[in-house]
Amino acid sequence: MSKKKSFSVEKRKPKLLRRRVANRSRGGDLAIYLFLTIMALIMVVPLVFAISQSLKPLDELFLYPPKLFAQNPTFDNFSDLFASMTKSTVSFSRYIFNTVLITAVGTFGHVIIASMAAFVLAKYDFPGGKTFFNIAVVALMFNGYITQIPNYLVMNKLGWIDTLWSLIIPAFAAPIGLFLMKQFMEGIPNSLIEAAKVDGAREWYIFWKIVMPNVKPAWLTIIIYSVQGLWNNPANTFIYSEEKKTLVYALSQVSAGGIARTGQTAAVTVVVMIVPILTFVLSESQILETMASSGLKD
Amino acid sequence: MNAPSLERKSIVKSYFSMKKHNAIVAWKKAKVMKRCYLFLLPYAIIFTAFNIVPLITSIYYSFTYYNILEPAKFNGVQNYINLFLQDDVFLIGIKNTFLIAAITGPVGYILSFVIAWFINELPSWLRAIAVVFFYAPSIAGNIYYIFSIFFRGDTYGIVNGFLIKLGIIQDPIMFLTNPEYMMPIIILVILWMSLGQGFLAFVAGLQGIDRSQYEAGMIDGVKNRWQELWYITLPNMKPMLLFGAVMAITSSFGVCNQTMALCGYPSTDYAARTVVTHLFDYGFSRFEMGYASAIATFLFVVMILCNKAIQSLLRRVGT
Repeated sequence: MSKKKSFSVEKRKPKLLRRRVANRSRGGDLAIYLFLTIMALIMVVPLVFAISQSLKPLDELFLYPPKLFAQNPTFDNFSDLFASMTKSTVSFSRYIFNTVLITAVGTFGHVIIASMAAFVLAKYDFPGGKTFFNIAVVALMFNGYITQIPNYLVMNKLGWIDTLWSLIIPAFAAPIGLFLMKQFMEGIPNSLIEAAKVDGAREWYIFWKIVMPNVKPAWLTIIIYSVQGLWNNPANTFIYSEEKKTLVYALSQVSAGGIARTGQTAAVTVVVMIVPILTFVLSESQILETMASSGLKD
Repeated sequence: MNAPSLERKSIVKSYFSMKKHNAIVAWKKAKVMKRCYLFLLPYAIIFTAFNIVPLITSIYYSFTYYNILEPAKFNGVQNYINLFLQDDVFLIGIKNTFLIAAITGPVGYILSFVIAWFINELPSWLRAIAVVFFYAPSIAGNIYYIFSIFFRGDTYGIVNGFLIKLGIIQDPIMFLTNPEYMMPIIILVILWMSLGQGFLAFVAGLQGIDRSQYEAGMIDGVKNRWQELWYITLPNMKPMLLFGAVMAITSSFGVCNQTMALCGYPSTDYAARTVVTHLFDYGFSRFEMGYASAIATFLFVVMILCNKAIQSLLRRVGT
């Protein structure tokens, strides 16, 4: 009888929490859980607040004292947003179209071009390859603001000012994609490639049919980073025409509308944040697999 | 007397012949592997055009007076002299940027490692949820707009509403237009969004550490989780720590979107100015490209030096 009981307890325990490690103090574990819970709340409350704010009807938005959560949630803010945006000179769907277009094209090109470069850098030892990679790593160390002004001059020379190309093409060569892809591809066994070479496969075939299917986690990861960067692109330096602006720019316009647009601001924020978060949730395990090889070696 | 110089001559000669030999070998190798260059070419062209060329032109223009309309006029280090000796607003920008970087960089970095380390021992389903919770603010785009409602300067603002209700203050505080409150709020918001790519690298790296090392450590007398952290976990995580540091430095020196969205552009008394907003001001509002390039070059040098310093510091971890 007692044996049976202890068995059932043992079976239940590992399901909820992992078996305790011997050199851990119980107090420490408790403190950690407490810390994590508080931090998680701090992280999530503003996001939840953004969603609740976007669901509040007008009278609740200007309630005193303010409430964190909507009492009678409605979708009025979203429909107002679409209504007021369709009335303006450029319709809201146009901003969405622009953002989707640059995100899709930019990400697709980035994955192909960065993977091609990463493939030869990781798997072939050719003169100049290492130097090139080191330069790309240095480019990780400064951000795009530094090159933004001369970039304007380059765009001007190319005649790309006020075209969507000015947003799409530079995204093809983002250094982080090359870096992560190369580190991950180094993990692919050389024997696989040697075997294909013996069978007479050309580089393109090896790249497309052997390496690329094996680095699925890596390209999902760089898709996420690229989508994140392009989707959140405010496009306020190279683009002047209203019909070429992006969603994030539209958001900043709406919130510049002041206090009367409070509800709509929250609605746009929700529209903008949903896409990157969803893509992350859907591909989390693959991303973590890639990041395991992200280390900078000496 | 003659012998050593002859010897030196022959050493120099053999050095150059070796160089030449190496160059020939490299050239032959490059010829054989020319398809590799074809693979690299598209990336290399775009990367050069939008990263390397702008960087070099930026350094060049920083020594000129250039306003796009007239051709650039060389004026030596005048831009830098103006920048540091006459431009008071730039000095505010430097002060703010360094303050933000010095707080959000290290705190965000350590916080993302600590959280990654803590959630590493959770069961995998819980860990997956926790990663989404902690990472979501960094990828939620312009979510920081929501803080303009949180900290709004009238009674409808959430923070003001609660403080008045609790009786702590009588009148609403103008959080985002009063220079006293701007920087603390900006720093809080940036910290909130700062668990970036480094965090993911940490979570993944911790999962990749070989379990048997911990067991061996336990047998060798590792008593608690702190000893385990210092002797086993950190040395194993060194490459990820370096990667995370690069990401943290790069983002903490580039702060501008949050200040522009929350405190306005320009902000009251320039109290929330950063180096990057100053760069935008001169580059895209006043079109003083030479001056703006000097700001960019300064920022570039600071970032690279900071990265190098942190990397040499991190190499000593756990040894």
